[in-house]
Amino acid sequence: MQPLSAGSGLEAGVCKSKEAEIKRINKELANIRSKFKGDKALDGYSKKKYVCKLLFIFLLGHDIDFGHMEAVNLLSSNRYTEKQIGYLFISVLVNSNSELIRLINNAIKNDLASRNPTFMGLALHCIASVGSREMAEAFAGEIPKVLVAGDTMDSVKQSAALCLLRLYRTSPDLVPMGDWTSRVVHLLNDQHLGVVTAATSLITTLAQKNPEEFKTSVSLAVSRLSRIVTSASTDLQDYTYYFVPAPWLSVKLLRLLQCYPPPDPAVRGRLTECLETILNKAQEPPKSKKVQHSNAKNAVLFEAISLIIHHDSEPNLLVRACNQLGQFLQHRETNLRYLALESMCTLASSEFSHEAVKTHIETVINALKTERDVSVRQRAVDLLYAMCDRSNAPQIVAEMLSYLETADYSIREEIVLKVAILAEKYAVDYTWYVDTILNLIRIAGDYVSEEVWYRVIQIVINRDDVQGYAAKTVFEALQAPACHENLVKVGGYILGEFGNLIAGDPRSSPLIQFNLLHSKFHLCSVPTRALLLSTYIKFVNLFPEVKPTIQDVLRSDSQLRNADVELQQRAVEYLRLSTVASTDILATVLEEMPPFPERESSILAKLKKKKGPSTVTDLEDTKRERSVDVNGGPEPAPASTSAMSTPSPSADLLGLGAAPPAPAGPPPSSGGGGLLVDVFSDSASVVAPLAPGSEDNFARFVCKNNGVLFENQLLQIGLKSEFRQNLGRMFIFYGNKTSTQFLNFTPTLICSDELQPNILGFITKPVDPTVEGGAQVQQVVNIECVSDFTEAPVLNIQFRYGGTFQNVSVQLPITLNKFFQPTEMASQDFFQRWKQLSNPQQEVQNIFKAKHPMDTEVTKAKIIGFGSALLEEVDPNPANFVGAGIIHTKTTQIGCLLRLEPNLQAQMYRLTLRTSKEAVSQRLCELLSAQF
Amino acid sequence: MQFMLLFSRQGKLRLQKWYVPLSDKEKKKITRELVQTVLARKPKMCSFLEWRDLKIVYKRYASLYFCCAIEDQDNELITLEIIHRYVELLDKYFGSVCELDIIFNFEKAYFILDEFLLGGEVQETSKKNVLKAIEQADLLQEKTETMYHSKIFIGFKKAY
Repeated sequence: MQPLSAGSGLEAGVCKSKEAEIKRINKELANIRSKFKGDKALDGYSKKKYVCKLLFIFLLGHDIDFGHMEAVNLLSSNRYTEKQIGYLFISVLVNSNSELIRLINNAIKNDLASRNPTFMGLALHCIASVGSREMAEAFAGEIPKVLVAGDTMDSVKQSAALCLLRLYRTSPDLVPMGDWTSRVVHLLNDQHLGVVTAATSLITTLAQKNPEEFKTSVSLAVSRLSRIVTSASTDLQDYTYYFVPAPWLSVKLLRLLQCYPPPDPAVRGRLTECLETILNKAQEPPKSKKVQHSNAKNAVLFEAISLIIHHDSEPNLLVRACNQLGQFLQHRETNLRYLALESMCTLASSEFSHEAVKTHIETVINALKTERDVSVRQRAVDLLYAMCDRSNAPQIVAEMLSYLETADYSIREEIVLKVAILAEKYAVDYTWYVDTILNLIRIAGDYVSEEVWYRVIQIVINRDDVQGYAAKTVFEALQAPACHENLVKVGGYILGEFGNLIAGDPRSSPLIQFNLLHSKFHLCSVPTRALLLSTYIKFVNLFPEVKPTIQDVLRSDSQLRNADVELQQRAVEYLRLSTVASTDILATVLEEMPPFPERESSILAKLKKKKGPSTVTDLEDTKRERSVDVNGGPEPAPASTSAMSTPSPSADLLGLGAAPPAPAGPPPSSGGGGLLVDVFSDSASVVAPLAPGSEDNFARFVCKNNGVLFENQLLQIGLKSEFRQNLGRMFIFYGNKTSTQFLNFTPTLICSDELQPNILGFITKPVDPTVEGGAQVQQVVNIECVSDFTEAPVLNIQFRYGGTFQNVSVQLPITLNKFFQPTEMASQDFFQRWKQLSNPQQEVQNIFKAKHPMDTEVTKAKIIGFGSALLEEVDPNPANFVGAGIIHTKTTQIGCLLRLEPNLQAQMYRLTLRTSKEAVSQRLCELLSAQF
Repeated sequence: MQFMLLFSRQGKLRLQKWYVPLSDKEKKKITRELVQTVLARKPKMCSFLEWRDLKIVYKRYASLYFCCAIEDQDNELITLEIIHRYVELLDKYFGSVCELDIIFNFEKAYFILDEFLLGGEVQETSKKNVLKAIEQADLLQEKTETMYHSKIFIGFKKAY
């Protein structure tokens, strides 16, 4: 019925063999080439025919490297079909040859100016298909005019809107905002639903980056939506799809509304009505049995639920949404079950619906067991992960573990990570944690990445209450005749550190422990053997009675002359160490591992890396982020404060949660040095002025946590600190550099009156007033940030050295940025939030000269050290740095966005901070400016 | 939407439309990977899957798979209906469309798609309006051209 312009006999699709096809194609290509090169000029018709053949060959999967010029020639033909094929060729086989592009752009320009709607349509389709930067340069100024001109035909308007959208996506900087934007917004009121459909997509994308400029679209979108959802199914004629009125447009409008926070009360009432209507319709009996009807209806429903979740402000709607999804969890349509699981994941992170989601736990677990499609099971795992909290963690972890036994290989590693994270995060009883991880290794040892087993060791080392249990459990697990190498690693490490805790039991005597580990030695890979050798030397220290046995092993040829250099070196060194070192030296060298400092679980980092930062955010993070950013105001949502009052279990892990919440009394240490203070208390200058150079040292600690804070001929003060949310703990090390005792050694922590209400710091226990020559003593300061602050506490140290009184004061580097929690976000979220924080008092900017060489990597490290997330590929200018994070204080959390623009030529920086609180923007800007 | 692919049960690509700039090499790689992934799925499985950082929505109609890649915030169900509406449009235009119609009239398949989706977004959902635009173009074509080769092709269709 149609002219089949693909050409004669070329239908390689029906050729029998691959070779035959290629042969046929090559012959045809040669033919076309000769026609194009021939002396005789081809007429439009033949040109079209051959260009079309080339396209056909390309679509069969062959490379085409000529014919572009002929296609471009067709563009200027007056015959519609020739032009059309020319445009099709250009859109499918985009070419970056600049000469061609100039010609193409010329042809497009002519067609756009032709005022012939069919030609204009073709030109616009071509721009929208290619969407290159060159086209944006040529047409981004022109198309808005076409779009809003009064006499433009509807179909051209539609194409122009989407064409502009495509150009804006590729080159946002080339699309000028202007008067046309307000007229585009009013297209939402257009009579022609097709125009509204196209315009809504454009407005949504533009509004994401320029929310202020397009905010009038909210009320227009709500009224349009309201008219659609209340219309009878026949009202919209051809725009009704299987009895659902304008489903595509409805989805787009709901999507547009997700660019904004909940609207003003008046509009909000109407919107709530719309959303309720959509939810109600879901309960009505279907108007058709066709799947298209239910898909279209549910597409709108799911988009409405997304909006409800985005607003996160109407508990009633959230719970209704959750119940609706709950019904879908058991729907016979796999697609609906999949989407319900997916959507519930986000609902689980809302305070209002978290509990409602949890009621579906049995259904979800059942889905994990019975779903036949792995992608659905994957969603079930995600949802279980999302709904997990302290109350159901044991059940969820147990279910995930048992699912792991049969899980698809493709998702095992991810499940392992999730189990490891949940077990750690919600562990009340760390014996449970240890059991869980060992089970994990037993069931899916191959999928247990290094991060996971490193983590269990970190945790055991940091928590002394679980060490004995861990030693006993790994010892038992190692009894199994075949155990995974990862278990040998964990076992080797833990017994090496804590084997002594179970050595009293004759069943796990040192020799038995050693023999058990050594029985696995020969089956293990080199790195594990190296680890075991270290365990052996630790045993030499812990259990002198097995020293001869171990020395024998180290001395054997298979160790001392091992072909592997690392193993050989270890054997040689350890053997030597065990022979020459005194027990004291051995004890010092092989001292128990110090606790691990850390900021973020390495496993969580791994999971984020695996799934991309945007898809796996820590649940609690998302909750806070929402409450801070969506509501925008300086006051925190009440929900988020309640989340804060229970310190996250990961903070517990480091013992930070143990910090008493009560205000600090006088530091106990002042009692110890009471006498001395009394002697000087009549003078006002009890506290020495800040030591010289202390400012510089202070600045150095803004982006790092460990190092030497102060040093003179007598005393060295070292710091090691860690911060979690609004809590921090600082280990202060005082080193006596002399060979003489310090007497009446009294460190005092001083918070000025101004600082007092905002920062609580207290020394956990006084140090011994006598510090021996050459000795180092340690003190711990617990810190709680109550609200934002500017000053830093001062540490004053007084002591007697050789009969003279010494008085030193240094600022403790406790700065606001220490309470940062990094937040990853996508470019569009970033700019959306950036715009939301556009009040003048929310922004602080500083332009300053670089004090250090301007090195990109160093700058990145500093921004990360500062505590915010470093967001890559957010700023359109790759030379700029962009960061985001949340400052946690006890009373509130403050979302912070920052942007650093280096100017290499001028050796200057411009730093811009936007937060919801002026004082915070100010302080962070000061702190960070001093770093570059 | 980032791209749409139509391919046969044998894994032969029949139509491709890309709404994001990608090199030919990447396009080929993506196509190969997706065709393989989708063909490996069983009939009753759900129509959505995560792939890289995109969501894939696909549906099979007779011997052809229609496969769309959408972004994270995009709506899966409405994409499924985009596919269906496109099939309806093809069906109406060709009169019970089959794979061969798309092979031999690929340009029409593209033109219809461009009227329906532009720049990866739905432009016009009304079946009437889309087909009106195409028929107008055909009228222009009829005026300037005579039918050719149609006999040969009808012969082929039967032979297949």
